[in-house]
Amino acid sequence: MRNIVISAASWVYATLVFGFIFLPVAVLVLFSFQDGRLPVPPFNGFSTQWYAAIFADRKLMAALGNSFVVALLSSAIACVLGFLAAYALARHKLPGSALQRGLLIAPMTVSYLIIALGLLTVLNTFGIPLSLWTVGIGHVVINLPLCFAIIYSSMGDHHINIERAARDLGAGDLKVMVLVTAPMLMPSILAAFFLSVTFSWDEFIIAFLLSRFDVTLPVEIWSLLRSGLNPKTNAIGSLVFLVSVAVLMLLEFTLFRKTGKS
Amino acid sequence: MPTLTLEQSDRRNAWGFVAPALLWTLAFFVVPFLFMAAMSLWSRQSGQIVKAWNLDNYVAFFEKASLFKGLVNSLEITLIVTVLSVLLAYPLAWIIAERVPKRFQRLALIMAVLPFWTSYVVRSYSWLLVLSKNGVVNQTLLTIGLVSEPLELASNRTATVIGFTHFFVMLLTLTIYANLIQLSPNYRRAAADLGANAFQTFRHVILPLTLPGIMTGAFLTFVLCIGDYVTPQILGGNNELVLPQIIMLQLGRRADFPMAAALSIILMLAVTLAYVLCARWLKIERA
Repeated sequence: MRNIVISAASWVYATLVFGFIFLPVAVLVLFSFQDGRLPVPPFNGFSTQWYAAIFADRKLMAALGNSFVVALLSSAIACVLGFLAAYALARHKLPGSALQRGLLIAPMTVSYLIIALGLLTVLNTFGIPLSLWTVGIGHVVINLPLCFAIIYSSMGDHHINIERAARDLGAGDLKVMVLVTAPMLMPSILAAFFLSVTFSWDEFIIAFLLSRFDVTLPVEIWSLLRSGLNPKTNAIGSLVFLVSVAVLMLLEFTLFRKTGKS
Repeated sequence: MPTLTLEQSDRRNAWGFVAPALLWTLAFFVVPFLFMAAMSLWSRQSGQIVKAWNLDNYVAFFEKASLFKGLVNSLEITLIVTVLSVLLAYPLAWIIAERVPKRFQRLALIMAVLPFWTSYVVRSYSWLLVLSKNGVVNQTLLTIGLVSEPLELASNRTATVIGFTHFFVMLLTLTIYANLIQLSPNYRRAAADLGANAFQTFRHVILPLTLPGIMTGAFLTFVLCIGDYVTPQILGGNNELVLPQIIMLQLGRRADFPMAAALSIILMLAVTLAYVLCARWLKIERA
């Protein structure tokens, strides 16, 4: 009897909280198909006109492309730098290694706004023009600690013997790293990479403060918001959401399913 | 002997491997931060930034109510959001860990965080669709006749809190679930053997054991929430500005970089203080 009460209460609670979690997203997606100018009730009928509108919007599509390039490039740089640093600090005894680790992790503890503002003051002072490059630099700053931490924590000692064997067979440091260590750590390197891509893709404040003419998608959506409630915003938001979920599902059923079982 | 030289050349290599990451962090994080700290001691007079070293900006922060209120608003909103999110997320995480069959747990968890994958700006905007004057909630209330005039649900503190809580319930469900699932069932069995009822077991065994996870999640919530500009700007209206909004105002209209820098330092001190306060519960894991 008690158990039934707890079960029922659990179901009710879970349903309510899941409802809270899904409500805004459901509304967003539903009214992206609104046949009318306002993405609020009543729902006038099904239309894909707003999806056509966003694909016809050159600025929005350019921002989409920019976001891709910035996310992939900055994540790749963050991963390579993070991997190299993790390899050096996990496999070699360097003086002050605790301090080095602390320094590499430090940006994680500071608000993005402050990181952006710091970079902005320096760029302004030296007269360096804002561009997608400066956005990318900022995104490497926020993703490097993440990549370093993920890859460093996966460099267990059990890999050392395999690396030693490679060394005994005459492989140099670089060869060991590229041909032995990196492939062994590939799951965590990929995890770090995809997480970085997600963070960079979604990041607003750094991209907002450090860009000028070419902007990333969140910044372009931000300027769309000035027009108030607009089904176009629903459409681009839903598109990003649905594509992200599709990619997530794909990864879940291929990549991570495999590594999860090993 | 040859192994020694190998070690030596290895160490030189190692410095080469760690150097790019260190240099990047120094050049684009440490130096800008120090630069900003220095700038917070300068001031802006008649459109020019004057390198006169003083604490004027910090004094102004404590003297001008409009600036100081920003920190108060930020702290209040952040604390409400953190407590509310923990209270909402803990039972959900518990239900997923204890009541949902093992093979569906991963799916339930993925579902619980699915809206993470909308972009951050859009997530706040979608709450506007729900809460605004002609939004879903108001239209529903009007249709069933519960109210005759639409309620003002957006553009206030409540809307900001709802938007934030939505995000952090998802985050905390993840961290608390991860914590709960690690607990060995033996703890509960031992407590039951010693005569504890379900509530006592929870209160004296499960809760203390999951406290580090809760605190880690709560701290993360605090840091992300207090530094965020997007959610309060979209949902909060213009009556109660939070510190990040005031910082952005300094940048935009007045181009007062020294003041923005000083306010940022204050924001960072607030986060540092929060860290010191929960440091004894925080367990940053290392493999």
